[in-house]
Amino acid sequence: MKKWMDVFTNYLEPVAAWLLAIIWISPLIYAFWAAFHPGAYAVNFSFSAPLTLDNFKEALSQAPFLRYAFNTLVLVTLILSCQLVLCTLAAYGFARFAFPGHKVVFALMLIQLMITPEILIVENYVTLSRFRLVDTITGIGLPYMASAFGIFLLRQAFKSTPRELEDAARLEGCGTMGVLWRVYVPLARPTYLAYALVSVSHHWNNFLWPLIITNSVETRPLTVGLGIFGAPESGVNWSIVSAATLLSVAPLLIAFLLFQRQFVQSFMYAGIK
Amino acid sequence: MYRSLYIMVFCTKKGPMQLPSKNHVHAWLLVMPAAILLIAFTHYPTVSTVIKSLFSKGTAIRPSRFTGLENYQQMFQDPIFWKVLTNNLWFALGTIPTSIALAIVMALLVNRSLPGRSLVRMAYFTPTILPMIAVANIWLFFYTPDIGFIDQIAVWMGFSGHNWLGDPATVLPAIMVMTVWKEAGFFMIFYLAAIQNIPPEFREAARLEGAGRWYYFRRIMFPLLMPTTLFVLINAVLNSFKLVDHLFVLTKGGPDNASNLLLYYIFETAFSYFETHYAAALTVVLLVLLAVLALGQFFILDKRVHYR
Repeated sequence: MKKWMDVFTNYLEPVAAWLLAIIWISPLIYAFWAAFHPGAYAVNFSFSAPLTLDNFKEALSQAPFLRYAFNTLVLVTLILSCQLVLCTLAAYGFARFAFPGHKVVFALMLIQLMITPEILIVENYVTLSRFRLVDTITGIGLPYMASAFGIFLLRQAFKSTPRELEDAARLEGCGTMGVLWRVYVPLARPTYLAYALVSVSHHWNNFLWPLIITNSVETRPLTVGLGIFGAPESGVNWSIVSAATLLSVAPLLIAFLLFQRQFVQSFMYAGIK
Repeated sequence: MYRSLYIMVFCTKKGPMQLPSKNHVHAWLLVMPAAILLIAFTHYPTVSTVIKSLFSKGTAIRPSRFTGLENYQQMFQDPIFWKVLTNNLWFALGTIPTSIALAIVMALLVNRSLPGRSLVRMAYFTPTILPMIAVANIWLFFYTPDIGFIDQIAVWMGFSGHNWLGDPATVLPAIMVMTVWKEAGFFMIFYLAAIQNIPPEFREAARLEGAGRWYYFRRIMFPLLMPTTLFVLINAVLNSFKLVDHLFVLTKGGPDNASNLLLYYIFETAFSYFETHYAAALTVVLLVLLAVLALGQFFILDKRVHYR
């Protein structure tokens, strides 16, 4: 009995792990298969199927994916840089200043962790149209720029920085902003990295709000472009949709494969804090 | 020159004593920019949604007027509202326990030594970083009747093909399978971190006492993973109400609302039928659900915090 259990754990568990891994990755493998083979081979698998890049050419000629990619790039850069500035300032305010009402204000900020902008699409659309920001990249990013999650993460990081370092910097003549820039920000680097990776992948993949707020090629991010492209009523064939899908996920997927450790650790770190 | 400018901006010499009131001004200035944006895009719209839900839809002839709970009355009589609410409930019940169980299994599988461990872990985690819309594009093909991947396997195994997304009975389960696939790997990393934090002495002690692996998992490991499970649970519940991207590609809520979820119905009501006041009432329901969850999290997590 005991021996059989050992056999089970030593041989069958790795097999099970690999089997599950193959099942898990198969949708992506399939997308690769369909994208790199002619349309006729999308549904029948044969080792003699010729490789081709035509599907990518076709996808690029049918929809401006390069423009969409550029929009996405501008969007995530804009969101991340604004988030970093706004969240750093606010987190510093909450971490090191006991101003009257700071607990209440902090609690009110944390509401955004639950009620994310996706839920308030209707009213936020009204607000943005009032400011004439509908169909602009700024408009897509604005509701996300002050991020309760970022404030929370950075506040934790700043709070765990030893007070003595701040005192030392103050003795050296640093003011409020000097202390932040020279002491707190450099020491919170791992938190910044984790937050940046989570933020970029979130906004690279975000769909619902950009779909609502954009209606032109000049502002549409990749996900929205892909959503329109891949809709069943548009009637394009599988191989081309697969190629377009791969084009849209490629930058993030490549970044993930290269920096796998950092990605996994960042998601973990951001979640556990 | 830049350096001196930098010193001028950031390190102006200050006296050793700082008045508290001046500190408070600094603090408010620091918090202000983020606070303004949060108020504009979280607090203000929350309040205005509630107010809007109490008013009627304005037309060219009849302006919008206060109607009290009329929108809510309409909502309670709307069969589609009940349909999407029950769908959302089934969706949550169908995806959350499964993906949590799978996440634990995955974490246990890659926690031991295994040939190609990092590859296996990568395979589990990859769906997490793909956009839901891209995932839906791929899975749409899987579910296509007759020529789709799943039907090809079914036919090969002697079953007949099936229109998975066209049949009201199978469309929601089909979407659940995809969601579990997408989320399990994400939850796995939290379990992996938690398992690695369990002191190895526990396992040693359990083995000395003659406890089997299943017993060890059930009585020692699983209780120790409770805070992780709660954290993951809350995330999963939130996601089940917030993530509707796949519906745009896969089903558009159909057939006959069999796969429609609350947020997608809000989107349809506001942006396809332009019933913004009714959409506001629906949003209030979603807000109440999330508030209940938030309070639940607050009280449950606070009690369990000593586990950490």
